[in-house]
Amino acid sequence: MNAVTPSTLALDALPTVRPDRIPLLLLPVLALVAIPLTGSFSTWVTLTFAGLAMGMIIFIIASGLTLVFGLMDVLNFGHGVFITLGAFLATSVLGRMTGWTESESLARNLLAVLPAMAAAMAVAGGVGLAFERLIIRPVYGQPLKQIMITMGGMIVGVELIKVIWGAQAIPLPLPVAFRGSLLFGEAAVEKYRLISVVIGLCVFAVMFWVLSRTKVGLLIRAGVQDREMVESLGYRIGRLFIGVFVAGSALAGLGGVMWGLYQQTVTPEMGGQINVLLFIVIIIGGMGSVGGCFIGSLLVGLMANYAGFLAPKVALFSNILLMVIVLMWRPEGLYPVGKR
Amino acid sequence: MIFSRLLSGDLPRSRVLAVLLLAILAGLLLTPFAFPGAKALNVAAKICIFIVLVSSFDLLLGYTGIVSFAHTMFFGIGAYGVAIALNRMGPTWTGVAVGVAAALLLSLVLSLLIGLFSLRVKAMFYAMITLAVATAFQTFASQLSDFTGGEDGLTFKVPELLSPGFSLSEHPFLGVSLDGRLIAFYLLVAVMLVLFLLMLRIVNSPFGRVLQAIRENAFRAEALGYRTVVYRTYSNVLSACFATLAGALLALWLRYNGPDTSLSFEIMIDILLMVVIGGMGTLYGSVVGATLFIIVQNYLQDLMKLASEGMSKVPLVRDLLHPDRWLLWLGILFVLSVYRFPTGIVGKLRAKARAKA
Repeated sequence: MNAVTPSTLALDALPTVRPDRIPLLLLPVLALVAIPLTGSFSTWVTLTFAGLAMGMIIFIIASGLTLVFGLMDVLNFGHGVFITLGAFLATSVLGRMTGWTESESLARNLLAVLPAMAAAMAVAGGVGLAFERLIIRPVYGQPLKQIMITMGGMIVGVELIKVIWGAQAIPLPLPVAFRGSLLFGEAAVEKYRLISVVIGLCVFAVMFWVLSRTKVGLLIRAGVQDREMVESLGYRIGRLFIGVFVAGSALAGLGGVMWGLYQQTVTPEMGGQINVLLFIVIIIGGMGSVGGCFIGSLLVGLMANYAGFLAPKVALFSNILLMVIVLMWRPEGLYPVGKR
Repeated sequence: MIFSRLLSGDLPRSRVLAVLLLAILAGLLLTPFAFPGAKALNVAAKICIFIVLVSSFDLLLGYTGIVSFAHTMFFGIGAYGVAIALNRMGPTWTGVAVGVAAALLLSLVLSLLIGLFSLRVKAMFYAMITLAVATAFQTFASQLSDFTGGEDGLTFKVPELLSPGFSLSEHPFLGVSLDGRLIAFYLLVAVMLVLFLLMLRIVNSPFGRVLQAIRENAFRAEALGYRTVVYRTYSNVLSACFATLAGALLALWLRYNGPDTSLSFEIMIDILLMVVIGGMGTLYGSVVGATLFIIVQNYLQDLMKLASEGMSKVPLVRDLLHPDRWLLWLGILFVLSVYRFPTGIVGKLRAKARAKA
């Protein structure tokens, strides 16, 4: 792909790439700008936590999507179906464990929520495996067909979910110990949002560790940069891709559980509605970049909450506005991925 | 000869397809007499409107190879144009003209802007950008409630000639009363025919050939000296304008418009299904696809209800055949057609006719 210039052959001069930290500054800048606008510090804390929580959930969902795109140029318009699936599985699992979710003890609540999350991840991952086989593999390298067929997969998936769980919205109440908020001075922070932030950070840490410290992660990153080169070194990128796709679907399932608990109701259409948000996030981050996706998600989450408080009518367009601004500054997203 | 000229030289090229198209046309023309009742007339009118809408989408998807999810936005603009104009100016033909003209202008500018800004990027990005724009527009339309009626939409009166109160003669003709609804219906059919033939003319012109070349190999078309961005933008604008006209027809027929009737994402999905199942890259495919889909949408449910009741003892099968799940079966047909027969029903029929010859 890239021409080999003499300088890259020189042994001593392996240039160190200076990490690009400017996009990282966007988050504190946005948060700081919001302080005077919101008026009171305690409101700001509440809004910031709400925004971070929302951003973390979006990140969990979107990270798989952006990696799958980076590796194989596959953009899954049906990603939303895994979110819906995860959320509906949570209603089934938690619905059977009301004794534990209605209990006051945090430990018991966690023992109900964790299996729900595990089940959602397992089933969404399994369905992801089938989805990759049946829907995506036959149309590799044909972007037009890919868009249509993943959309078709989404339609069929949502209809099948309606067959199993019905077409109505199902309430998904928070376990008792997750309800209510904690007071930090004047500022109220909802407990569940705190929990979402913690889970989100854990997922980010694990993903960061896998991608930067393990061999699989190295191969994934290399594959995103230059697929052919990784293949020519003897690694089967196809298998790697399946693994990433399944992991991405499982994470979408987990995100679905968290989003469902965040909204406290679950509808068959929820996945499709989040899809647009996901696309905005991965475009902002730079298609294929996990770091960019993380910053993009948090930016979208914060922006949605600040704008929702300051100017509710503008809030509906705040994400698109954010995307336009970012793209005017960096047309390929915050962290452009090399080959495109 | 005249026939061939009328169809711009693009004949059905399959006897079965020719018969099918004639049957659809005859069915539409005879609906008021052959199938009495408001439902049949509404279904036929919807088929007419969607033939225009789906053909205009095929111009973009099938002929130029661009996936846009903003097509219902233009459909909605057309419908809102007529709705707002007639709501403000009263039921006059001037109102209709002003509404259609304003809507066309808005669609033209919007599609030009979207095209120039984003048709340079890859198909996938374009699909994503249009999805985002369309979602924003839908929110926008439902927020501007002073103007668009918000979620409730707008109800309005149409010009005297088209309103149900108008009567051409006292005596019913062949058992059908000659009222404004009937005139509106035939106006719809006539406009549909004109617009369809016009689009057929466009895709079979040298301009249309360039679009097809871009679809097949954009790089080569560029190398031959065609500025692909310009052609793609033209295609985008043309398809947006035809969609706007389809929207205007919808509003005139329903005498109502709201976000769910013309802007919703479900309609976008429906159009995509119609184009692909009917056959991309041939306008006849849009006719077949739209007709099939709308008939299924309106009548398959009755059939499924019977089947579902017959299967009421078998739990899963019963749920799969539930009348509300008709989209499941069309979705499966859609997925199958994308990779089993990407040329759709029309492509299949033509291939069969070729094999015979």
